[in-house]
Amino acid sequence: MTEASSIAIECKGVVKHYGQGAARVTALRGVDLTVRKGELLMLVGPSGCGKTTLISVIAGVLDRNEGACTVFGEDFARMSARARTRWRGENVGFVFQAFNLIPTITAAENVAVPLMILGEGHGAAIRRAREVLEMVGLGDRWRALPAQLSGGQQQRVAIARSLIHGPRLIVCDEPTSALDHQTGHVIMRLLKNVALREDRALVIVTHDARIFGFADRIAEMDDGRIERIVTDPRELMAGTAPGR
Amino acid sequence: MTRVALKMLMGDRLKYAGLIAGILFAVTLIAQQASIMTGFIQRMGSFVRDTGSVDLWVMDPQRRFSDDQKPLSETALPRVRGVEGVSWAVPMYRSWLRCRLPDGTLVQAIVTGLDDATLLGGPPEIVEGSLEDLRRSGGVLVDADELGGKMRMVRGGEGPLRVGDRLAFNDEDAVIVGTFRASKGFFWEPVVYTTYSRAVRFAPPERKVNGFVLVGVREGEDAAAVGRRIEAATGLRALTRDQFEAHSTNFLLTSTGILANFGLAIGLGFVIGVLVCGQTLYQFTLDNLRHFAALKAMGAGNWLLVRMVGAQVVTVGAIGYGIGLGAAVLLGRVIVKAGLAFYMPWQVPVLSGVAIGAIGLLAGSLSLARVIRAEPGMVFKG
Repeated sequence: MTEASSIAIECKGVVKHYGQGAARVTALRGVDLTVRKGELLMLVGPSGCGKTTLISVIAGVLDRNEGACTVFGEDFARMSARARTRWRGENVGFVFQAFNLIPTITAAENVAVPLMILGEGHGAAIRRAREVLEMVGLGDRWRALPAQLSGGQQQRVAIARSLIHGPRLIVCDEPTSALDHQTGHVIMRLLKNVALREDRALVIVTHDARIFGFADRIAEMDDGRIERIVTDPRELMAGTAPGR
Repeated sequence: MTRVALKMLMGDRLKYAGLIAGILFAVTLIAQQASIMTGFIQRMGSFVRDTGSVDLWVMDPQRRFSDDQKPLSETALPRVRGVEGVSWAVPMYRSWLRCRLPDGTLVQAIVTGLDDATLLGGPPEIVEGSLEDLRRSGGVLVDADELGGKMRMVRGGEGPLRVGDRLAFNDEDAVIVGTFRASKGFFWEPVVYTTYSRAVRFAPPERKVNGFVLVGVREGEDAAAVGRRIEAATGLRALTRDQFEAHSTNFLLTSTGILANFGLAIGLGFVIGVLVCGQTLYQFTLDNLRHFAALKAMGAGNWLLVRMVGAQVVTVGAIGYGIGLGAAVLLGRVIVKAGLAFYMPWQVPVLSGVAIGAIGLLAGSLSLARVIRAEPGMVFKG
């Protein structure tokens, strides 16, 4: 694999503002970041440092104001809104902090949602969802409603949902913050073992220092910038702890 | 995704029920009020419709509806008969008179006097006796449905009136010689048929007593054209059955408060529907905004979201419409049994459907606008 072909995400000088005039707030102040295929990168840093804004820009749900950013060679700024939505649907998987499962549909239907968005029929999508639920260890709970599942099980459903359509990028926002230590580790092992592949990148935003060990690299952010990128979490512990 | 959208909707049972109740209430109110108004309109013209084989109704130009009290002079009849194209012309008496029942109970009745010679203009269906029986001394026909109703004896309490019972109009004796059945009229008072000369005897002395001149036109003549000739020759108004019915309805709608009152009630039903459904659907959307945002993040385009919200609106609209219309029909049966005006032609369900469509469109647009404005990025905000 050449250097260029191994890169999943490449951001250079990304700037993002919210609001206008006197109310303008700058969330990203020239972020440079590269994520390789097959890599699990964690974004860490204090609240308000720009982590969520950065994954929103990377996932194509938010427009940047300045700089360049390509995801698997695609620049969202050059796409129409419709094309970007379609691309996101085909290539990005999401795992949210609050799981964001629809409470009135079954686990299998929740998992099947990305396929149905892409136009797959209900029956075929549900069959595929049951296979993916099997992969995350919930094959027997496919009929359960989210409220009938524990927090860890709900997050596993969310992971299954993020995987079902075979996306190239998975972005996770605080995937373990609502879970206890042991369940958090189970979820991270699942993400690392099931979700991560050579042609796929994982970007995880977290405050949870207990899961830093699962990362290939950790990018520490502060005040809208990447302060440093480390491979060993102990380097972070030695410096300023994230989530201060 | 339609199935997902419907499960999202039906899973929130309280709001789902609230939405259906809002639509149901709106449909019931709109359909029921429109049907009562249509019933009144229909009743306004029922006497004219029931009086068959009449080509033209000649009346005082100031007569606004069929039971308006604007009698003609006795000279009207020969003047009408002299107009070219008129085959026959007969007088008809029509006025409110006080009627005394055998037990002394007094009721107000609409007395219709038919031409003594021809008895033209009689009721559409004779139940007991015959029209010819009107030629018997003091003979009157009474409405079969009113014998135990509006003509009920309250003092004697001996049961409903029967053929053979005696009545009195202005101390003139009358006897029930038969009964008839006709469409309900706009006015509450019972209708009594007798001969023209007897009706004039029943009435208090007046200079003008002739209510209408009923006209039949010669074969091959256009009734409207003959009517125009009568108007030109006599200065009276001559209307065909349809024109007279429309003339009466027009008076009802433009010169009384009926249209405004029923229009307000129908409008209120619409506004309540929009408010209840709009508010409930909007609240439902706000409650699910994170899920809609998540769907957008996962690649759902605006068109898919339009279809999802549309499926939700159409579902509650269809269910609410069906139940609401059923409720209006059932309510209508009760109203009709009570003798009140209620008529639901096909236009009423269509009008109600259009109103529900508009309610759904307004309520759905509010929700949809919120869904489309939702930032997919909001799902990352804790």
